[in-house]
Amino acid sequence: MINIEKIPLSRGVININAIEINGLTKNFKTRKAVDNLVLSIKKGEIFALLGQNGAGKTTIIKMLTCLLTPSSGDALLLGDSIITNTEAVKQKINVSPQETAVAPNLTVKENLELIASIYGNDKHIARAKADKMMASFGLAERAKDRAKSLSGGMQRRLSIAMALISNPEIIFLDEPTLGLDVRARRELWNTLSALKGKITIILTTHYLEEAEALSDRIGIIHDGRLKALGTVEQLKTAVGKTTLEDVFLKLTESEGSL
Amino acid sequence: MRFFSFASRNSKELLRDPLTLLFGIGLPLTILLMFSLMQKNLPFDLYNIENLTPGVAVFSFSFISLFSGMLIGRDRSSSFLIRLFASPLSASDYIIGYAFPLLPAAILQSAVCFFAAFFLGLPFSINALAAIIVLILIAMLYIGFGLLFGTLFTDKQVGGIFAIFVNATAWLSGTWFDLGMMGGAFKAIGYALPFAHAVDATRAALAGNISSVFPHLLWCIGYGAAIFYLAVWIFRKKMKG
Repeated sequence: MINIEKIPLSRGVININAIEINGLTKNFKTRKAVDNLVLSIKKGEIFALLGQNGAGKTTIIKMLTCLLTPSSGDALLLGDSIITNTEAVKQKINVSPQETAVAPNLTVKENLELIASIYGNDKHIARAKADKMMASFGLAERAKDRAKSLSGGMQRRLSIAMALISNPEIIFLDEPTLGLDVRARRELWNTLSALKGKITIILTTHYLEEAEALSDRIGIIHDGRLKALGTVEQLKTAVGKTTLEDVFLKLTESEGSL
Repeated sequence: MRFFSFASRNSKELLRDPLTLLFGIGLPLTILLMFSLMQKNLPFDLYNIENLTPGVAVFSFSFISLFSGMLIGRDRSSSFLIRLFASPLSASDYIIGYAFPLLPAAILQSAVCFFAAFFLGLPFSINALAAIIVLILIAMLYIGFGLLFGTLFTDKQVGGIFAIFVNATAWLSGTWFDLGMMGGAFKAIGYALPFAHAVDATRAALAGNISSVFPHLLWCIGYGAAIFYLAVWIFRKKMKG
């Protein structure tokens, strides 16, 4: 495995681990979906998990968000175990799933207020937070429109705003720009870039240019194993390729660890 | 009180869907009206309003199963449930949150059904109130079925399952014909299931025959408890992946 231990800290990234994954493994009957994953992610870091379909990215996200119980191993999220302290973990994290995952018949504002209140905010605070989120995400003009009437790009923005309204310290974005046109994708990149250093972001994506544009570090997963870990430039140098796409293709084709 | 926010969301999702009103209230009213008109032209007493009203009220609950099943199924297929599963909501928050908003909908259905029946000739009496109370208990059985369907199937699958369910509840409830007319085996199957008991319990309450209500109601409560338990057990399992 390529593992560049020396991590150059980007703007806003703090040298404290937000996530410490230790030997995380998930078996589905005879198939090993995630195999002994060991990984640390710094506070404030944007970390991209790359891999082909079925590589194990979503399974890793599901385990880290307490949606799936690991077969073995553990992970600490800001010091709390995903196995023994799920309630504490759930208060600190939020997730924007692969699908937009909004309540279709609720308005934009109601969707935001719902999530805020589920995370323990009273009605007044939930309302104030929803207003703030709508202003930040350019959704204020559509506040009273039902979520199902929004464009794909707007629904994505709402989905991410819903994930952020609980003030999470760690946010998981599973394919955040899937199905978006170029303009909507760029707008979302700007939104995510603005969050850099403020919270820890773990994103999965199939768009390599997205990982390159946004992330501080990249982890490449293949057959449930971490094949490479480092910055884009570190990976290019280590593999001897000039583009991230070539790096990715090289690492996900090879049989043995590099 | 987290479940309250979630329940409020589910109420809005249900009430803002025009299909809820169309099928939940419009269709039972149409059936009640049609069969009442049919009865006027029949030479024998098959669909008299005293027997028809409890049957239609119970039948209308099958749409409650559809609404709850579709809502949960849609939340699953849109990954909205994944978002919620990652939140601090507990399993009981989900179950109460999904079940709670359906109860007022069931009460509304029953009230509208009886209100229409009064116009169609049902004598007004306190027994109607007793029948509605019995119906509220029976509604829990149908809500339980909806939770089970939504937990097991996607929203698209729930539509197909509902087609089978609504036929089973209609044919085996004894609303449209006496179960004995189809033979002993059919009647035995009908009374091994809760639907005919639900109709008989409501009919007994409406007739003021309270002692006959409880044996039938116990079947419904027993089935309801078992279906709820099963739905919650499967839901909890799915929450843990």
